[in-house]
Amino acid sequence: MALLEVNAVSKHFEGVQALKSVSLELRSREVHALVGENGAGKSTLIKVITGAEKADSGTLTVAHNSPAIAHSLGIAAVYQQPALFPDLTVAENIAFALESAGVWRRIDWGARDQLARELLDRAGADLSPRRLVHTLSMPEQQIVEIAKAIGARAKILILDEPTASLTEREVERLFRVIRALRESGAGIIYISHRLEEIAAIADRVTVLRDGQTVATRDLGGIEPAELIRLMVGRDVHAIFPKRDVPIADILLEARALSCRAAGIRDINISVRAGEILGLAGLVGAGRTQLAETLVGLTPSDGGEILLRGRGVRISSPADAIDLKIGYLPEDRLRHGVVLEMPVAANTTLASLDAVSRRGLIDAGKERRVARGYVDRLRIKTHSIYADAGSLSGGNQQKVALARWLAIQPEVLILDEPTQGVDVGSKSEIHQMMVDLAARGLAIVMISSELPEILGMSDRMAVMRNGTIAGILPRAEATQERILALALGHE
Amino acid sequence: MGSRTREVSLIAAMLAIALVLVAVAPGFFTFGNQRDLVLANMPVLIVSLGMVLVILTGQIDISVGSQFAICSVAAGVFAHMGLPTPLAGAAACAVGALMGAINGALVSWAGIPSIVVTLATMVALRDGLRWATQGAWVQNLPPGFQWFGQSQTASELITIACALALAAGMSWGLRNLAAGRMVYATGSDAHAARLAGINPARVVFAVFVITGALTGFAAVFNAVRFLQIPSNAGLGLELKVIAAAVVGGVSITGGRGTVAGALLGVLLLAVIGPALTFLGLSAYWERAIEGAIILAAVSMDAVRLRSGYHAQAAAHRA
Repeated sequence: MALLEVNAVSKHFEGVQALKSVSLELRSREVHALVGENGAGKSTLIKVITGAEKADSGTLTVAHNSPAIAHSLGIAAVYQQPALFPDLTVAENIAFALESAGVWRRIDWGARDQLARELLDRAGADLSPRRLVHTLSMPEQQIVEIAKAIGARAKILILDEPTASLTEREVERLFRVIRALRESGAGIIYISHRLEEIAAIADRVTVLRDGQTVATRDLGGIEPAELIRLMVGRDVHAIFPKRDVPIADILLEARALSCRAAGIRDINISVRAGEILGLAGLVGAGRTQLAETLVGLTPSDGGEILLRGRGVRISSPADAIDLKIGYLPEDRLRHGVVLEMPVAANTTLASLDAVSRRGLIDAGKERRVARGYVDRLRIKTHSIYADAGSLSGGNQQKVALARWLAIQPEVLILDEPTQGVDVGSKSEIHQMMVDLAARGLAIVMISSELPEILGMSDRMAVMRNGTIAGILPRAEATQERILALALGHE
Repeated sequence: MGSRTREVSLIAAMLAIALVLVAVAPGFFTFGNQRDLVLANMPVLIVSLGMVLVILTGQIDISVGSQFAICSVAAGVFAHMGLPTPLAGAAACAVGALMGAINGALVSWAGIPSIVVTLATMVALRDGLRWATQGAWVQNLPPGFQWFGQSQTASELITIACALALAAGMSWGLRNLAAGRMVYATGSDAHAARLAGINPARVVFAVFVITGALTGFAAVFNAVRFLQIPSNAGLGLELKVIAAAVVGGVSITGGRGTVAGALLGVLLLAVIGPALTFLGLSAYWERAIEGAIILAAVSMDAVRLRSGYHAQAAAHRA
């Protein structure tokens, strides 16, 4: 019997089809794993199920045979980042979700603690209900979230990567709780990238790819390799302008590079002049953190960075810029361009020294530099003095790129350079990368899009859990092999 | 940077007030009245130049009133010690810069929000001064102190010329110096500025120091106009200065605004009070109308924020 039926649900955001006719059936007494690459549509699907987003079309059917469900729909979701009030106690957090919302009701503190203690006990945790949430570890906070879900008598529980921050013992305890919930008749949707965990806990698995349901299988008869094939199994349609250029000496090299604050350790990579190194991995694998360590935003605390074979100390982005290392950050709207600043000022922001003499900006020189990049990158703007915020996303990204080209870089680190960029600008950015490589730049490209990684890179470094899981040359790389490394299955 | 709508609407508002005054109370435009008005508002103008910098970096400094009092008294004390007036003035500016440095260091490197830091220094400096002076004014200033030892007219001209030169320099510098760029970038997005190789902590520290020094400057120019220096000078100065900047279109969240706008803000708020008196309205209305103007200015900013690309950015972030 189905507890929840998702039927042909579609959802699009600003021209992007996030979900295309997705269907999923959750049965009572079942742990249903949901897997897929970054951007396959898992999060959107969860948001539709919990009502955080409204679907464009399709239906959700929730079983109606128990009074508890009739009372509320009985759907609870536990996200990777617990949504608790840090300055309230555990008991208050649980009560907030469960007690009626009357403003003038009197609080029965004894009953509140009693209830919290019971629920925590059922969730398998030995926590004092009086503790403040901010004193709890991440796994303990997740347990509180699960206790809330149990208290709400949730019939449908959604766990979004619940084990990302847990140790093995804590995972085992969580699994015991999940099994107990399953025995009590609940259905659980379990999202995870860890295939071994899915094999251990799930009964069935649904694979999403590019916003579509690819398959739903019983876990009994499926191999991890088959699962990976289902997750990627798409052809590379897009044509990439990658061409082979002479590859020369190593420009940038990291040896046993670590940064505890950024959560990366023992990184060994190198990139040569003329080479494009793709940096692949799942969200949270540490790719952006590696980039931020390389440019000194989170300075390294172990290992070394070598530039042209010489050890260098990079303790701030200013050091990186002096060494001709450019970093195009991931979140363009927040950090790539300054929206309130004109295009010209944005272009020269990282190379103010080059357009000024003794601190005085040479307006003519700035204008020539900005005009040059506007022409070269074909940035569509009515004036170089228009605010960057008035440009389209693709053009803003080109302005951000122009800023880094203006420092005359030797090494360019591009973090998701084409994310959220229109198709036309995307191919122009790819073309620009190839041209830059041909001129002898070393390029590191972080991308969550496997076809882009495969289509643009000379070599691919795959990250998992804060370190390099493997490096594949272009000839040997396939989507399956990259994903297998990213998931830890090779 | 950005459009000039705020400056245009401020000029329009002032022209409207001027037209009414010409028709109803031409006495407002007598030379003496104008001179008093300008001189009385010189401190607000000079301090607002620093405040523009502070607000552009996304910070606030509410201790400038207390700094003003300390610098005023310091100028007098230095003059008493026998320093020539220009040197006493320079020393008072240095005292201001030092107080700014304390604010700046606490904000930049101790990471305490500027509203808290400057609230603390506002109270501590004001009460520290009260304790040190026991409320006594600085009197019996040496003869060369008042009017810088010049004639009153010459001294007033010097004051006005210096203030205008400072304003012009600040306006020019914000537009043409790399340092000016850094101020705007820091206030727009400190993280983005850091990625672009700017050190936002140093920028914030610098603007607090500059504000302190300018406050000292303003205090000296104000002190020489009188025979004695009150130990409670500059009460409420911070509010006037912040109000002028906000009315002048300097975004309270940082990154957007001009010196010209802030100057127009100073001017508008300066004429409102006297204009009301000349129009025969009760002076009690002054503060209420000032409040209404500030509210109108902030609402204009809010509307612009909601309709512009900031809204898109906010939506994207959410």
